[in-house]
Amino acid sequence: MSDDQVTIEVDGISLPAKKGQMVMEVTDDAGIYIPRFCYHAKLSVAANCRMCLVEVEKAPKPLPACATPVAEGMKISTKSPAAIAAQRATMEFLLINHPLDCPICDQGGECELQDLAMGYGRDISRYNEGKRVVADKDIGPLVSTDMTRCIHCTRCVRFTEEIAGFQELGTMGRGEDMKIGTYVEKAVNHELSGNIIDLCPVGALNSKPFRYRARAWEMIQQATVSPHDSFGSNMFAHVKQGRLMRVVPQPNDEINETWLSDRDRFSYDGIYSTDRVIKPLLRIDGEFRETEWSTVLEQVSDRLQQTDAAKIGFLSSPGATVEESFLLQRIARGLGTNNIDHRLQARDLGDSDNDPVQPHIGTDIVSLESADAIAVIGSDLRREVPMLAHRVRKAALAGATVSFINPPGQQYQFSHQYLATELTQLRAALGALIGAAEVATGKIAPDSVAQRVDRQSHDETHRAVAESLAQGERSHILLGHLAQRHPAFTQIRALASVLADMTGATIGFIPESANAAGASLVGVLPHRGAGGEPVATPGLNARQMLADALDAYVLFGFEPEVDTVEGAQAVETLRNANFVVVMSPWLSEQALEYADVILPIGTFAETAGTYVNLEGRWQSFSGVATPVGEARPGWKVLRVLANYLHLDAFDYNDALEVTVAAREAVPVELQDYRIGPMPSMDGADFGDDLMPAPISLYGSDSLVRRSRPLQRTPLARGVGES
Amino acid sequence: MNYRENENLVAFAPFGLENSWTLDAYRSIGGYQSWQQVLSGELSADDIIDKVKASGLRGRGGAGFPTGLKWSFMPRNAPGQKYIVCNSDESEPGTCHDRDILRYNPHALIEGMAIAGYAMGATVGYNYIRGEFFAEPVPRFESALREAYEAGLLGQNINGSGIDFDLHMFVGAGAYICGEETGLLESLEGKPGRPRFKPPFPANYGLYGKPTTVNNTYTLASVPTILRKGPEWFAALGPEKSGGAAIYSVSGHVEKPGNYELPMGIPFPDLLEICGGIWKGRKLKAVIPGGSSVPVMPGEVIMECNMDYESLREAGSALGTGAVVVMDETTCMVRMLERISRFYYAESCGQCTPCREGTGWLNRVINRVIDGKGRSEDLDMLVEVANKIEGHTICALGDAAAWPVQSFIKHYRHEFAYMIEHGGRSIVEADGKAAA
Repeated sequence: MSDDQVTIEVDGISLPAKKGQMVMEVTDDAGIYIPRFCYHAKLSVAANCRMCLVEVEKAPKPLPACATPVAEGMKISTKSPAAIAAQRATMEFLLINHPLDCPICDQGGECELQDLAMGYGRDISRYNEGKRVVADKDIGPLVSTDMTRCIHCTRCVRFTEEIAGFQELGTMGRGEDMKIGTYVEKAVNHELSGNIIDLCPVGALNSKPFRYRARAWEMIQQATVSPHDSFGSNMFAHVKQGRLMRVVPQPNDEINETWLSDRDRFSYDGIYSTDRVIKPLLRIDGEFRETEWSTVLEQVSDRLQQTDAAKIGFLSSPGATVEESFLLQRIARGLGTNNIDHRLQARDLGDSDNDPVQPHIGTDIVSLESADAIAVIGSDLRREVPMLAHRVRKAALAGATVSFINPPGQQYQFSHQYLATELTQLRAALGALIGAAEVATGKIAPDSVAQRVDRQSHDETHRAVAESLAQGERSHILLGHLAQRHPAFTQIRALASVLADMTGATIGFIPESANAAGASLVGVLPHRGAGGEPVATPGLNARQMLADALDAYVLFGFEPEVDTVEGAQAVETLRNANFVVVMSPWLSEQALEYADVILPIGTFAETAGTYVNLEGRWQSFSGVATPVGEARPGWKVLRVLANYLHLDAFDYNDALEVTVAAREAVPVELQDYRIGPMPSMDGADFGDDLMPAPISLYGSDSLVRRSRPLQRTPLARGVGES
Repeated sequence: MNYRENENLVAFAPFGLENSWTLDAYRSIGGYQSWQQVLSGELSADDIIDKVKASGLRGRGGAGFPTGLKWSFMPRNAPGQKYIVCNSDESEPGTCHDRDILRYNPHALIEGMAIAGYAMGATVGYNYIRGEFFAEPVPRFESALREAYEAGLLGQNINGSGIDFDLHMFVGAGAYICGEETGLLESLEGKPGRPRFKPPFPANYGLYGKPTTVNNTYTLASVPTILRKGPEWFAALGPEKSGGAAIYSVSGHVEKPGNYELPMGIPFPDLLEICGGIWKGRKLKAVIPGGSSVPVMPGEVIMECNMDYESLREAGSALGTGAVVVMDETTCMVRMLERISRFYYAESCGQCTPCREGTGWLNRVINRVIDGKGRSEDLDMLVEVANKIEGHTICALGDAAAWPVQSFIKHYRHEFAYMIEHGGRSIVEADGKAAA
């Protein structure tokens, strides 16, 4: 037995434990349940609810299991008469001022207080005095409050302080008058704020959009995956009679722990937005008519077959599933064109042979936490991938030196280095960083980037960033969405690679949307087929396709007016095309102008599929909700369309067969990114007008844009929208 | 023994001197001699701790923990900042001796803190004074602090000795809970005064997470006299295990209420006599011997008791802070308990469940009894609720709220029962002896 091992005895069972562990951690691991309210494995110990009192031999009074460190030979009884009496006593106190409104409380049926009251409460209250009533607070459009129900466990307070990093909630007042609140009435305005709903053990904090919509026991819980960013958060969809009622996190310590970003949690409202297309629409004599699927698909297949394949463009969302992406590119190539792309937001599509076959962050989510140094370049991390920002914060709290080379104005509530850099100056900043890295490492940057290396203007921060990367054993460079959307991205990527090489850091990319990694892998690219195989004659990329009108377009799962580099130009181009097929769950106003056919496909909730996350993890999920109207899962629509087109080998019977086919077509191993031949470092500076727009947290995709609660948040009214 | 002799005084040593709070007056009785010995290297840290241990000095804030032992818990040779904090947040109802130390003998506290700081390797001290002391104790302490700095008794490298000790004053906002040592530390850090769960204890994780010892004002102010007159002299003042003197803050129905510093272990009848006896020629009914939180004692029981830690513990109560609340025969024990329970209800910090919810429950039920709406089952329930608070909370405020309820109902159950049966009428009124 090593020095830090001890043995304790719980209810007569001998359990190994590590010194410094609390009793509760040991019993939880051993599957011995001790009732609790304030304790939460991911939060600091408060020991204030007193529900977990247990009897410890030789202790004069019951001790809280959550805050009692183990000691060799400690004997603990969790269910002895004294322990149970202490737990029942606490329960009685918790209930005296708790309202008896369970029948109208959304928490009813999934309430920790209700559940434990069954085990530890009395049948009838002995408390006959007046009960406490507390005024509710308005803390924004996402979280409803019924503060009279609060039992003051302070989980929500500790969450905002310790996990979110912005202490937005606190306790005011003393004794019975203690209240949880924001002090000044304001919205809780953090991208992870919804987690306080799950943390609240009672019905004090609940989901506002879900309020009074359904009871917990009426819904079926089904696992699914976040469709909004490449983190791949695991979620549970709660479905009532085929309708998705709400989303909660599915704990997975390797990915999202027990958390979920507000974007993942509240976007589902958009599934049932009023502009859902409920039946295929066909433009006949200038008017859209609801038409049967078979008629429409026949029409589409005829028109596509009549068009010169070189004059057809396929554009797909980076949020489309692996299955959808795989089938779409097979159709394009079956028709004989390589005009297909998912890089809708990329301005610099040169040097594409250097693109990683599968963009990923160069490490995995868990390892990121034990990093020594992380440099985030060209990323509005909290808006791009909120949960990744949380992991980076954890790394910083654990001692990593975190640096940002980003436009000014971003806020991170942990110690970090911030090299405020306007996007127009991003290349210059990297040049100075390489200059600083030369000083830090004694190495000389390769000639290929000499033109951009700046040995004069590095200041203290540049040097500190370079030193932290060089000194750290585990250093990571992450290129975010702003970098990838930058008009000089290929140069930025090359410069960052040089910086990584010199300092020994890994280099990684934060893939766009939920599945840019999957789309790249299965070949939704003009220059590569599935698995990254180069094609003989590369097709047109997204920008080229949208610059000058082709004859026909197939648009899958996005809105060109907002999801492409130059939305207005894209709409204009599409309007000039002969035939535009839009596959989308929603009918946007603009689509009425350019679309000839609108095929209603299912949202992520209405289709089976797979997303590949930013660490290369393939996560498959089933459809959880009944598709709205006659909408059909995207992969099915594509499969049937392929049949109409008489393309070979499209006889998939279910989504899994498509998944398997896609999987077989791509390499299994993740490949570290290494830049090949250096791109040219020539080129003038770009003006501000050519730079990507600020990242919009709640404008990231069609579904989020249609979520009413998210659009009502102060965060949505911030940058990105006008 | 003549209780009133001045040479028996410890923290009240300079009493009677003109302007006893000044540096000159304090020096005239040998003040700062011990500190000078420390500065000149004649008194080592080990010596100090040994002497304090030998003196039998116990914490005067209420819990009575042996002071020397507490000091020895500090990892004094470990690197890093350490703190000595004085708890002048005197707020246990009935207690008022720290106020008088701050008013009349502030230099004893300053010297005591400097010595304690040196003994424990703490180069910075804080005196946390309750907010209500702003009128006289705070300015007195503040000017004494200034005098000490001006006289070169505090600061960095004091008199070239290589010893550093800086002392700061902090005025609280008047919360009882900040008298709990970890609540005090939270408040000192600028947070709401909510006690911390222990372990870790302040000696390991105290102010700003650094090793810290918190001592009561009277405890620290006793140290210079102990060192000057010797631990044996101090120990001999009181009985075994209760060395030294105690300041009895006597309030209530006596002729001459006030602070009396007397040898520990004085028989209660002697103390009562010094205070002029029960006022108006009435009879003694009950005494709370150590501040409102300790169990009440019937008059006939305490008349047999000596006033020290062990004797009172054996008699079922505690010396606590030494605040002796004397009640005569006209006192309605139900109303007395209501007043006490209201205090703990108002002062609960609210963080842990039994105290937050239970103190209000107790107070409401007692008020209901007074309003004439009591039920016979209320008495057992009150005791049961008190039992459920006791020992179930993070700090001792829960116990403090429970003990009065338990002891009042134990000794005076008939008064509660009478009131319940008679629609809120007090037994003392029924006897025609209305409280004056």
